Amino acid sequence: MYRYDDIDRDMLADRSAEFRGQVARRLAGELSEDQFKPLRLRNGLYLQLHAYMLRIAVPYGSLNSRQLRKLAWIGRTYDKGYGHFTTRTNLQFHWIKLADAPDIMDHLASVDMHAIQTSGNCIRNVTADPYAGATAEEIDDPRVWAEAIRQWSTVHPEFSYLPRKFKIAVTAAAKDRTAAKTHDIGLNLKRARDGVLGFEVMVGGGLGRMPYIGQTIRRFLPAPRLFSYLEAILRVYNRHGRRDNIHKARIKVLVASLGRDEFASQVEAEWEKISSEVDLPDTELARIRGAFAPKTFETLPAVSEAFEATKVSTPAFARFARNNLKPHKVAGYTIVEISLKAIGATPGDATAEQMEVVADLAERYGQDDIRVTHEQNLVLPHVKLDDAPAVWTALAGVGLATPNMNLVSDIIACPGLDYCALANARAISVAQHIAEKFADQDRAERVGELKVKISGCINACGHHHVGHIGILGVDKKGEEFYQLTLGGSGAEDAAVGTALGPALPYERVADAVDTIVETYLRERQDGERFLDTFRRTGVAPFKEAVYADVH
Amino acid sequence: MPTFISLKDGVFGLAEDPFTSVGDDQGVPPGDVIISLSRFQAEGEALLSQGRAVGVRLESHEEVEALAYDLPEISVVALAFPKFGDGRAYSYARLLRERFGFKGEVRAVGDVLREQAGFMIRCGFDAFEPADGSTVEDWERAARRFRHVYQRSTDGRAPAFVERGG
Repeated sequence: MYRYDDIDRDMLADRSAEFRGQVARRLAGELSEDQFKPLRLRNGLYLQLHAYMLRIAVPYGSLNSRQLRKLAWIGRTYDKGYGHFTTRTNLQFHWIKLADAPDIMDHLASVDMHAIQTSGNCIRNVTADPYAGATAEEIDDPRVWAEAIRQWSTVHPEFSYLPRKFKIAVTAAAKDRTAAKTHDIGLNLKRARDGVLGFEVMVGGGLGRMPYIGQTIRRFLPAPRLFSYLEAILRVYNRHGRRDNIHKARIKVLVASLGRDEFASQVEAEWEKISSEVDLPDTELARIRGAFAPKTFETLPAVSEAFEATKVSTPAFARFARNNLKPHKVAGYTIVEISLKAIGATPGDATAEQMEVVADLAERYGQDDIRVTHEQNLVLPHVKLDDAPAVWTALAGVGLATPNMNLVSDIIACPGLDYCALANARAISVAQHIAEKFADQDRAERVGELKVKISGCINACGHHHVGHIGILGVDKKGEEFYQLTLGGSGAEDAAVGTALGPALPYERVADAVDTIVETYLRERQDGERFLDTFRRTGVAPFKEAVYADVH
Repeated sequence: MPTFISLKDGVFGLAEDPFTSVGDDQGVPPGDVIISLSRFQAEGEALLSQGRAVGVRLESHEEVEALAYDLPEISVVALAFPKFGDGRAYSYARLLRERFGFKGEVRAVGDVLREQAGFMIRCGFDAFEPADGSTVEDWERAARRFRHVYQRSTDGRAPAFVERGG
């Protein structure tokens, strides 16, 4: 966990004071709603269907127990006792009063948190691999770079009024847990043959109305030159991105219209003219690296007797261990995935009590480290195998031990028509119906890895384009219909899904998913994942099965 | 005479504007003028030869590079903000100062609100025509809002990473 210094704290205090003044001017009628809107958005405050929604930044998804307890307290004090973790690893409260917002900002600042740039046409909360610092797969700790990007992008003088929002992800492992290729910029840390650290730079990914997979514009950027290169990309975009049409304003449209090679050469030409003084000195990178409190791991046997014994005595724990525990880089430790997708619950929601239990567990068993994933789950990245049974018991006590990581019921869904003014259709209840279909855990495990993603409108906040099964809510003459796509992926093998066929009415969606899964089980060869089967067979057998019922 | 907010040697003040902004459909009055890029390209040389100061107003879709050659002769570059949210002029201001070494006045015109003050100052603007009735005091306050900055920019302020090293 990065430790803030006085400068970081002053920044939050100054920002909070500025926002308090703006809210006061709005409440006094000195600012109209039109004038206030871009100001509140830069502080994460949206006006939604029922109330203000406050989106709090969780930079690169990293929290400590003090911060998570504070979020729980805010949820209880100013909201309805729960919060919603988003696909940008932020936390949203949906029932906030405008007059309370400045106090909430101060409370957040007291634990080194904020809502800066969680909305608006600026550089948004940067995300990183939730297993950072815990997985043996990583080449370097992506949090160091993500924190440096957080600072660089905060109140950036030149890039705070971009054509459209701008999202950056940093990963350092071959297995991409950040959906880097769906970002405006995806950064993948690499080591050259001589051991030098650098980035593969991917640009122009994005979902929304027109999905694009990011394209590599530089295979290897020496790591110390990151910030001058980011400035070059942002400057080309700030100058040439479209501002006449909000739906064509993302960088993906600029990259697609210029072509990757022309865009890359414009960036390179700009970069050559930018002074390397823009780059962070090595001393500052070393300081940030040091400010992530180093973990001290004990020397433990690779096999924990307590862990193995509990697996044998308690089948439910064995199931949890199979699905929710991931390998840690240090022997005797494990990464614990906490599903926020209990069957019948709202994906990504956590109650204040649940947050407090997770905070307690992190403090007691998890080196005070908690992560939020873009798939709307939580992670305790450093837990001893010996302690895993106790962690599981405590999680189960508050409904957080659902053993469904990466399974069909581990669904991403946007808030949809239940909360969002933009939505055409419900997303949460569709997710609930699908999860209920697969409540039989043996069956869900037999199906294996299957990522279902649901968006309530074409803005694609639920990332449906890159779902193995993607579901998009549309409005047809006042009725909710859903378009299904198959074969998408947001991971290292990123792809946009293929349309299945005509949209289905609300009541048929969960059955259709059931039919698709049955078709997969029939077609599957040699333990293929759903995605692999789909890529081999194409859409035809699925289409036939789903629409056969209609006739 | 109309006024604008000026920033000279770190001090904000209210300045009388010696320049007349002239639209493309208007005749050029005597004295110092700010004209469009296309008019400057057509008539700039003649106007300069009359011994008056000439400024150029650059719209946000126009390329700042078009001015590069003539910058030593130009007194003011007025960068237009057609809308509060159109941020292209921030890049233009930085390029004028950092890449082309422009020493004249860089003025913010159009939809200019006090909320942008901090960004504009950091990018090298030194003259402002606010559209929201904000005062010199408002701009002073906005400029002082953040005690630290995280990036290097045109204003030369020491970023956090330099402060920390010192």
